[in-house]
Amino acid sequence: MANVFAFVETRGTDVRKVGLEAVTAARMLADKSGGGEVHALLLGPPGIAAKASQIGQYGADVIIVVEHAGLANYSPEVATATAADRMKSGSYRAAIFSTSAQGRDLAPRVAARLGVSIVTDVLSLEIEGDSIVVRHPMNIGKVIATIAIAAKPAVIAMRPNVIAPAQNEKAGRVEKAQPAIDPASARVKVIETRQGGGGKLDLAEAPVVIAGGRGLKAAENFKLVEDLAAAFGNAAVGATRAVTDDGWRPHSDQIGQTGRLVSPQLYIAVGISGAVQHLAGMRTSNTIVAVNRDKDAPIFKVADYGIVGDLFEVIPALTEAVREAKKHH
Amino acid sequence: MKIAVCVKRVPDMDVRFRIGADNISVDQGGLKFDINDFDAWAVEAALQLKDKNAGSEVTVISLGPDVVQETIRKALSMGADRGIQIKADKVPFDGLAIAKALSAELKTGGYDLILFGKMSPDSSNGVVGPMAAELLGLPCVTAISSLEIANGKGTAKRELEGAQEIVEFPLPAVLTVDEGLNAARLPSLKGIMAAKKKPLQIKPALLAEPQITVRKLELPAERKAGRIVGEGAAAVPELVRLLQTEAKVL
Repeated sequence: MANVFAFVETRGTDVRKVGLEAVTAARMLADKSGGGEVHALLLGPPGIAAKASQIGQYGADVIIVVEHAGLANYSPEVATATAADRMKSGSYRAAIFSTSAQGRDLAPRVAARLGVSIVTDVLSLEIEGDSIVVRHPMNIGKVIATIAIAAKPAVIAMRPNVIAPAQNEKAGRVEKAQPAIDPASARVKVIETRQGGGGKLDLAEAPVVIAGGRGLKAAENFKLVEDLAAAFGNAAVGATRAVTDDGWRPHSDQIGQTGRLVSPQLYIAVGISGAVQHLAGMRTSNTIVAVNRDKDAPIFKVADYGIVGDLFEVIPALTEAVREAKKHH
Repeated sequence: MKIAVCVKRVPDMDVRFRIGADNISVDQGGLKFDINDFDAWAVEAALQLKDKNAGSEVTVISLGPDVVQETIRKALSMGADRGIQIKADKVPFDGLAIAKALSAELKTGGYDLILFGKMSPDSSNGVVGPMAAELLGLPCVTAISSLEIANGKGTAKRELEGAQEIVEFPLPAVLTVDEGLNAARLPSLKGIMAAKKKPLQIKPALLAEPQITVRKLELPAERKAGRIVGEGAAAVPELVRLLQTEAKVL
C-alpha cells in the first residue's frame, strides 16, 4: 500500500483534461498497489479552489490547493518548488504528470530536484514487485520500450489521451497550502499566455482531429478542414510539417515527429500523403480516415478507411453528411 | 557571450528499425547518423547570437563514444569554436544520469547561456535540458520557438496546446529549442576545413548508476490493414456508415 502523487494541470482557472487523466492514472496505480491514497496538487490563481471537488470525483483522496494571485500564468519555478516540497514530505510510491507542453517543462525539473529519474510519454503502467514498469515509445514510435523504474518516487509523465478520465469518487479532502516560493521572486516569468484561435479545442485533448496537408493547395483552403471540424463539434484542426513550414498554419498546429503527438478517437487526414515524420505523430490514433487523390499514398497504409479522390469534392460532401448525422443524435 | 550547446548523435528515423539480439537495443547495422535536428537548431541559435555579439564563444558538448566526435565536428563546421566530448561507452537512456554528467562539465564553464534541443527522437524522453538546469540551479525555459536577448535578459516564446506563452528570464540560463526557432545553416567547405583545426577536448563521463532500466524493446503492433472505402464523393455515405456502425466514432 502506497500513496501516489498527481499533478493537476491547469490553465488560468481551468483544469485541463490531461490533469484529470493524471488523477485517473494515479488512482489506478494506488488501487493496484493495494489501496493507497491519491494526493493531487492543484495550483492556480484565485478561483482554482472551486475545482477541487471535481478532482475528488476523479479519485483524489486529498487535494492540495495552492491559490495565489501570482499564478494567473504558469510559473515553472513555483510549480517545481511546490510539487517537489510536497513530494519530499510524503513518501510517495509514484508521481504522475502529463506529457503536455507544461508537463514536459515541469516534470523533469521536479524529478531532478528530488534526484530521481523520469520517463515521459508513457503509454501504460503496471506494478511489478519493487518496480513500476511502463511502456514508452522510442524512435518516433517505431520502437516500444518496456522500462522498469526503481526510483522512488517513480516520476511518470503520461501521454495525453491514453487513459480516459474516469469518475471514481473519493473523499477529496481539501488542504489549503501556500506556494513553496513567492511567485514574485521567480526568476523565470511567463508574462503572457496568448490563446490561439479563441476557444477552439486543442490537439492533445480533442477526441477528433482533422489534419490538412499540402493537398489543400493553399492556406485559405483550410476552411474546408475547419468546416469539417465544426460539423463534428468536438474536433481540433492540425497540419503537416510541410504546411506549417510554409506558414499556412502556426507551428503549434503541426502533428508529427517534431510537433505534436496525438491519439484521438478519430483522425481524419485530408490531402496528406503520409510522410514518416507525420505518421510518427498520429499512428496511435484509434480510427484513422484518409482522403487523398493518390491511391498509392503511404497514408492509406495506416488508414482504417480511405477514400481515393479529389478532397475538394469529398470533404464538403463529408462535412454535409457529418452535419446530418449529428442532427439525428 | 559564452554559450554552450549540448548535442546528440542520433540515427536517421526514416528507416525500418530492427531490434538487436539482446532485445534491449536497436540494431545499429545500416543506420545513418547525424546531429539531432533540435540540437542543430540550438547550434544555429548560438551562432546567431555569436554573430550579433562580438567576442562570443560557442562550445559544443556531446556525451558518448568516440563516434560523437563526428557530431561535434559537424557543429564546429557550422561555426562553433570548440568541442568537448564527455566520453562514455554508450549513452544511457536515463536522462538524469546524462544530465548529471553534462552538468558536471557545464558548471565549470562560466557560460551565459546553455542550449539543448528540446528532445531527441531516439530516446524520445525530452528531459535532459530541464534536468541539467535544475542540477545547475539555473533559470530555464523549455521548447522555445523565438528568442531575443538584450542587456543580460531574454524573452522567449513557447508553443502550448492551442496557445503561446511569452517568457522572460535573466542570464545565465538554460534554454531548450523547439522547431520553428530558425533554420540551421549548412556547413560551408571553408567551415569544414576550419573545423578540423578547432580544439576538441576529451573528458571522461561521470555516469551515475541508472535508476531506470530498459527491459525490452519491441516493434509496435502493425495497424491492421485498412481498406479503401471507395472513390470520390460517392464513397462518403459508406464512410459515414462505417464510422457510425463499425468504428462507432460518429
